[in-house]
Amino acid sequence: MPLSPADLDLVRGSVRADSVHRRVYTDPAIFALEQQHLFRNTWMFLGHDSQVPNPGDFYSADIAGEPLLMLRQADGSVKVLYNRCLHKGAKLVRAESGNAGRFLRCPYHAWTYHTDGSLAGIPFKAGYEGTRLVDCPEHTGLDEVRHVRLYRGFVFVRLADQGIGFDEFFGESLSSIDNLADRSPEGALEFAGGVLRYMHDCNWKPFIENLHDTMHPMVAHEAAAGTAKRLWSEQPPGGKPPMAVELLTPFVEGHAFFDKMGIKVYPNGHSYTGVNFSIHSKYSDIPGYEESMVRRYGDERAHAILGEVRHNTLYFPNLTIKGAIQAIRVVRPIAADRTLIESWTFRLKGAPDLLLERTCMYTRLINAPTSMVGHDDLHCYRSIQEGLASSANDWVSLHRNHRPDEDVTSTAVVNGTSELSMRRMYQSWLQYMTCDGAGEAA
Amino acid sequence: MIRDEAIRFVVHEARLIDAKRLDEWLVLFDDDGRYWMPLARGQQDRRTHTSLFDEDRLLLQIRVERLKNARAYAQQPPSFCHHLLQQPSVERVDEAAGRVWLRTEFNYTEVHLHERIALAGTAYHELVRRDAGLRIAMKRVDLLECEMPLPSIQLFP
Repeated sequence: MPLSPADLDLVRGSVRADSVHRRVYTDPAIFALEQQHLFRNTWMFLGHDSQVPNPGDFYSADIAGEPLLMLRQADGSVKVLYNRCLHKGAKLVRAESGNAGRFLRCPYHAWTYHTDGSLAGIPFKAGYEGTRLVDCPEHTGLDEVRHVRLYRGFVFVRLADQGIGFDEFFGESLSSIDNLADRSPEGALEFAGGVLRYMHDCNWKPFIENLHDTMHPMVAHEAAAGTAKRLWSEQPPGGKPPMAVELLTPFVEGHAFFDKMGIKVYPNGHSYTGVNFSIHSKYSDIPGYEESMVRRYGDERAHAILGEVRHNTLYFPNLTIKGAIQAIRVVRPIAADRTLIESWTFRLKGAPDLLLERTCMYTRLINAPTSMVGHDDLHCYRSIQEGLASSANDWVSLHRNHRPDEDVTSTAVVNGTSELSMRRMYQSWLQYMTCDGAGEAA
Repeated sequence: MIRDEAIRFVVHEARLIDAKRLDEWLVLFDDDGRYWMPLARGQQDRRTHTSLFDEDRLLLQIRVERLKNARAYAQQPPSFCHHLLQQPSVERVDEAAGRVWLRTEFNYTEVHLHERIALAGTAYHELVRRDAGLRIAMKRVDLLECEMPLPSIQLFP
């Protein structure tokens, strides 16, 4: 669906090379355009196929306001259907996950569907004889999302009929998903450990900008991580720091540390921090893990995989992953000022349980609604949300390390405190908000 | 009577949190004591399943010290909380081991600026007799809302 000329002007007028207009965070009209365009034209993360291991297993979630259903088929494939009965429009399932058995059955009038979405039966069907129902092409079965791609178990969808292909959209950035899955001695991940659901009363974009905002940890997290560091330093010397201290203290590394970490940017708004090393580099070894990796991959390859310790990878717009920690965060925009952040964790198949234990501890300490680190992050996002009500200055700065001749399309590695990744994200935002073109004036 | 003492202990513990006498609260935990809030209903596994809280003494101490830090920005202004407890019930006593297990239904309210969150649940205390008095070996807090989207919970339900 094309944008109106007024909407096109609104969107184009919101992004500059080195700053964005405050309305991208605050305006409900912009959010509605994101739902209609950005979240349909891009490849959005839906789920992981290990959530639906058996035929009939489903996982349901909303993308761009559309209720979707990811279903494991009898033949082992995965389909994504619109979770809406053909009759009155009721959702067929409201549970987030479960097993549908052989049929999806509407709770209202028992219209039933095979798990591939085809219509299996309508009670007392004679009432439709001679009506136009049979002529409606959409009444042969549930609507199916046509553009679905599984990559190492990660399920992505593009809701728009036309648009960029999966491989072109993500390109080489998929190396972060590869690194996460390769960390399993079996090369496979399993969804495990539960889901943290942290409601953020703010726009979704400060959250994803923050992933690569390496100028904030030593400031916003000084009280949490700095206290952990201080209390541990007051313990009798010589002891091995507990896992929790190991996970918390790198957040108060200095600016130079984060600058040297490096950021790699890809086309289409994707990027990762931690090119050279990261806050995850110095964790203690997990007994038995390295050996199992060497057995599987050989010495050189195993150490190449484990030597990649990327910090956050952003798969623009709704997925962020931490390969070295086996945790991901899924961004669920609800309104201009409301976003649900879900933290998911994975077991590396064939790896010691202690890795999953570390993953669960990390996500609890850093990303939970009960996390000291999370509290201070959310405090900052909400301060932004409230501060941007101000009309004193319409523009939000993205100037750090900006040059007038900046390349805004190709893959590049830059210093870790640059705001290049944010600028690139907004160029991508602009592209996928407007690629439907302009329609007639209303 | 350890039963009456244990019931008074659980009520006192909640009042210390509500009064933000958190250094005194920390003392109530045994050396290996834990404060655990599961993420999933009926969760048994603390290791390979994520929890909302799973704090040992050191992590609790970090939290309490952070709250005193002027740069704990999310606590400017500070949060306040209130526990409304039902009379704790003693579920089991092991006199020989000096251990007692209690169950307490509660409503918990936390306020920050103009916002109020209300949570409900059940607290399970395992207390152990030490020279200085009863101490918390395990406080497990089962939140009714554990699997729901939650806002920041900044104090201690």
